[in-house]
Amino acid sequence: MSEIADKVKKIVVEHLGVDESKVTPDASFIDDLGADSLDTVELVMAFEEAFSVEIPEDAAEKITTVKDAIDYIEKQKAA
Amino acid sequence: MFRLDGKVALVTGASGGIGREIARALHAQGAVVVLSGTRQGVLEDVAASIGEQGGAERLHVCAADLSDAAAADALIASAEEKAGAPLAILVNNAGLTRDTLAIRMKDDDWQRVLDVDLAAPFRLCRAALKGMLRRRAGRIVNIASVVGVTGNAGQANYAAAKAGMIGMGKSLAQEAGSRGVTVNTVAPGFVQTAMTDVLPDAQKEKLVGSIPLGRMGQPQDIAPAVVYLASDEAGWVTGATLHVNGGMAMV
Repeated sequence: MSEIADKVKKIVVEHLGVDESKVTPDASFIDDLGADSLDTVELVMAFEEAFSVEIPEDAAEKITTVKDAIDYIEKQKAA
Repeated sequence: MFRLDGKVALVTGASGGIGREIARALHAQGAVVVLSGTRQGVLEDVAASIGEQGGAERLHVCAADLSDAAAADALIASAEEKAGAPLAILVNNAGLTRDTLAIRMKDDDWQRVLDVDLAAPFRLCRAALKGMLRRRAGRIVNIASVVGVTGNAGQANYAAAKAGMIGMGKSLAQEAGSRGVTVNTVAPGFVQTAMTDVLPDAQKEKLVGSIPLGRMGQPQDIAPAVVYLASDEAGWVTGATLHVNGGMAMV
């Protein structure tokens, strides 16, 4: 797993207070990890801060799973 | 009831008549109070006067010019640094007026009032909410005005800002509710302060005539409403506007 993936996972575990084993790539923040809409906004803001990237509103809406977040950040960092 | 022991509270406009009374009342309930305003010297005097009865170590001063967006953005963090603990209570009390009839109102009269009375409170709410949501606790009390609901000739700018504050508070209350953070508004009527001292006597007499309780308000009439909304006991009250106006407008 990449460094970015590790960090994303850590942020999700910390923020949502869920067990690390549940934070699989396909896990949906809302459906699988018990997040509400405010949690997802706070997660996106935590990602922005941790990775020094800006995630615009339309992109943020599409980030619904752990993998979505990792892919988006990796793409931004590669660009 | 309504004890606030050890809770950090920030009061903007704390050098004004209502602001200093709010600071005094929160402090009397045990809160650690950070006083903000534009004039450092006056704030220090207010802090010294509140601290005379004891608890001076629970008073801090943090001057900021809220017409400066960057200063407003930074105020929550500097207040928390001064107090040495996260913010539990935010009281957006600072405000100014630039009264004149609309047909004579300059863009600058409009913009300055909207900036200080509405944009700055939003900036402070935004900054405060980030931490409050994370901590699952917090109280925001915005000080609006009866004219935000009734309107008032000569105050199109001020009434718009205060009405905006009420709508903003209701929106924030809905956003923050799931985290136990409450956002409420206190809407004072005509209170005897420097802001209303400038009104002509004839207008003041007419105003008092329209108040069922027969007198202008005092800052001491307003501060207890803020204490209540800041307390744990008000935990099931959010998005509310508490009108404290001697019955002048029953809404």
